Amino acid sequence: MNFAWPWELRRKGVMNMNQRNISYIGRYNPRKFYKRVDDKLVTKQLALANDIAVPDLIGVVDEQHKIEDIPQMVANRDGFVIKPAKGSGGKGILVITKVHNGCYYKPNGHEVTPAEIYRHVSNTLSGLFSLGGKPDVAIVEGLIEFDPVFNGISYEGVPDIRLIIFKGFPVMGMLRCSTAESDGKANLHQGAVGIGLDIATGKSLHAVQFDEPVKLHPDTQFPLDQVQVPNWDTLLHTASSAYEMCELGYLGTDMVLDKKRGPLLLELNARPGLAIQIANGKGIIPRLKHIEAMQGPLMPVADRVAYAKKHFSTDSKF
Amino acid sequence: MHSRKPFYILVALLFIAGIASSIYRSVEHNIPFFPGEQVQSWAIDAKVSFNGQGQPAEVDFALPNDPAFEVLVENASSPGYGLNINQTEDQRRAVWSIRQANGQQSLYYRVTLVPTGKTKIKAGEELPSAKPYSWPVTELSAAEQIISEVWERSASNQSFAQQLMAKINDVNQSQNMSLLLASNTPTELFVRMLNTKEIPARIVNGLVLEDQRRRQQLDQMVQVYHDGYWKLFDVNNNIQGREDNVVLWESKGNSVLDVIGGTNSQVNFSMLQDTRPALSTSIDMMMNAQDDWDFSLYQLPIEEQSLFKGILLIPIGVLVVVFLRVIIGIKTSGTFMPVLIALAFIQTTLLTGLIGFLLIVAFGLMIRSYLSSLNLLLISRISAVIIVVIFIIGFFTLISFKLGLSEGLTITFFPMIILAWTIERMSILWEEEGPKHVFVSGGGSLFVATIAYLAMNNSLVQHWVFNFLGIHLVLLSVVLVMGQYTGYRLTELKRFKPLAGEK
Repeated sequence: MNFAWPWELRRKGVMNMNQRNISYIGRYNPRKFYKRVDDKLVTKQLALANDIAVPDLIGVVDEQHKIEDIPQMVANRDGFVIKPAKGSGGKGILVITKVHNGCYYKPNGHEVTPAEIYRHVSNTLSGLFSLGGKPDVAIVEGLIEFDPVFNGISYEGVPDIRLIIFKGFPVMGMLRCSTAESDGKANLHQGAVGIGLDIATGKSLHAVQFDEPVKLHPDTQFPLDQVQVPNWDTLLHTASSAYEMCELGYLGTDMVLDKKRGPLLLELNARPGLAIQIANGKGIIPRLKHIEAMQGPLMPVADRVAYAKKHFSTDSKF
Repeated sequence: MHSRKPFYILVALLFIAGIASSIYRSVEHNIPFFPGEQVQSWAIDAKVSFNGQGQPAEVDFALPNDPAFEVLVENASSPGYGLNINQTEDQRRAVWSIRQANGQQSLYYRVTLVPTGKTKIKAGEELPSAKPYSWPVTELSAAEQIISEVWERSASNQSFAQQLMAKINDVNQSQNMSLLLASNTPTELFVRMLNTKEIPARIVNGLVLEDQRRRQQLDQMVQVYHDGYWKLFDVNNNIQGREDNVVLWESKGNSVLDVIGGTNSQVNFSMLQDTRPALSTSIDMMMNAQDDWDFSLYQLPIEEQSLFKGILLIPIGVLVVVFLRVIIGIKTSGTFMPVLIALAFIQTTLLTGLIGFLLIVAFGLMIRSYLSSLNLLLISRISAVIIVVIFIIGFFTLISFKLGLSEGLTITFFPMIILAWTIERMSILWEEEGPKHVFVSGGGSLFVATIAYLAMNNSLVQHWVFNFLGIHLVLLSVVLVMGQYTGYRLTELKRFKPLAGEK
């Protein structure tokens, strides 16, 4: 049978969508703080104010006529990223990795004409990619020079690290690697590989693609049991301190590793998905309950990270 | 976490209120639970005839007065006569009058009666008194003998009356009884004997209903008071109790027909059984009642009523969407777009609707792909798509008209702005995620719309949401409860299957 019994899932502590919405997002994420994560420009400014490392901000385009300033903005750069401030699910992100003779090239080598960039930004301003079609602004960011340590793990895209931060404690993490199938995107439902990470060490525990366990990266054949995320402690600290910054109890943080600057906070998510459980091969509920049961005042970041490393470590499933 | 109790109490109250008001509606107003239910009704013609004597005439005729039957329509025809319907002490009477009546006169009264099923007749507040009959000397001892004999063998008003009726109808009559029956009709004798024992009893006039009978007369029957109710006895036919096919035409012990200024008066009845839709019968009766405080949609003009018939279906569609999304976990593009598509399907029928929708969206996507290369602002692009959608709809309507396909004409019922947005979103989805996702999310929307359509197009559902407004409270409570559902969606049971397997 292709279906699990609900009580089996419950016993394993697997969180479902309705439970996430009602018992965690609804209860721990006050509506008034959503703007801090839904608007990437606000997130970025907050992060800068809190000394959290983020990708360079090259510029902001908030009016149609400013679109023409973009070539000037990116004049002396090899690559850049244009993203909508209120986009969701990776929609509307345009990555340019090469600029040559006034022409722009995407990571897969396809050319993007300036006219196409104008249209993309114009659409962004009109709210095409934002939730509910609200008017938006476009953020132009510096390109991340991703750490060569991940060479071979990801295909045509930067792998990113998703951590679930519950009341300031990192509870579960995964590495998301794009594949040919996901078209350079790191979203699991589009075919990216999700690798569950041990909270204590940053080592891979389990890997899935399309919800099925995999041992090798489908394109590069990289053995996924060998993955070790570098700078793991810094990463945990940065992600955990995002709690103080945005005050959302149930939070997803997306980070990337830059070759020079180390972990950078890409974006925050007030409604992180459930696929992280599948990547970890483990339900998240027991860990959330563990934190919920804790009493006492809020610990400092370092203590929270130490506590999580002590309690949420798991054995590899490879 | 604050208590959930008030919430559940609210939900329970909504649920109970909804069910209760529906039951009330059904019981009090006879609104049938199922559409297409039929009720029996009786069309009865009463023909009053008498001989006029060339002088003023006044005809006072009792009208049916029986809680077991409700008057649906009544009218009287009587050329040249003035007509007045008087209501006195629960008894309605028609009074015809004319200055000069010559020769044979015929007056007609026609009524349509609907059985209500309330065959028990409750006596009024004050106990009716019984005037003892003073027997003629010749009959006195015979009557007293029989009465005391029966009295000994009875326990209550009812049993006394039963015994008495049996005695009157006894084949082997005693001499006493034969004597009494020689000068009294059985019905008279029955009432007089009851009254002698101070048991309230009165003669009423009943009409036995039988399909297609003509020239029927009223039967004299007797009502005997017992424990707060009037019990019916038909002494002539030795029948005790009320049968469904008896109408009490006059039940207060008054005369049925009084004619002043005429001779040889009589009344004849003819009747016809008819079946009519239970729903419209109930609505007609509610309209007759003219209750200003009755908040029902039937009081609206027909046009508004049909509008509401559509609007009241939306909660059903919404319920389907909530169920399919929260419990089953089907993804749709746009939260309530499927409901709007389903509403359009109701106008177009399912197959035409599906084909029309696919045609419009397919053509729209083609045009949209051209517009996308023009580098327009989003707002004007969507506006352009709306205008083009109107062209497409007009074009298909014309084509189908020329081809003689009347179904195609209904394509105009699709909400255009919704279609334009759908096309825009699908086009973006196509560019970003590929055609596969367009078919998945578009297919999901159409699937949900189809299910919603099937639910909304169900004649039972349509009957309930319009005629029992309490159902909407029930729907509200169900939606609220589903909003509390923290369990797994059906699709999640499949999605998380890998997490359940291993120990």
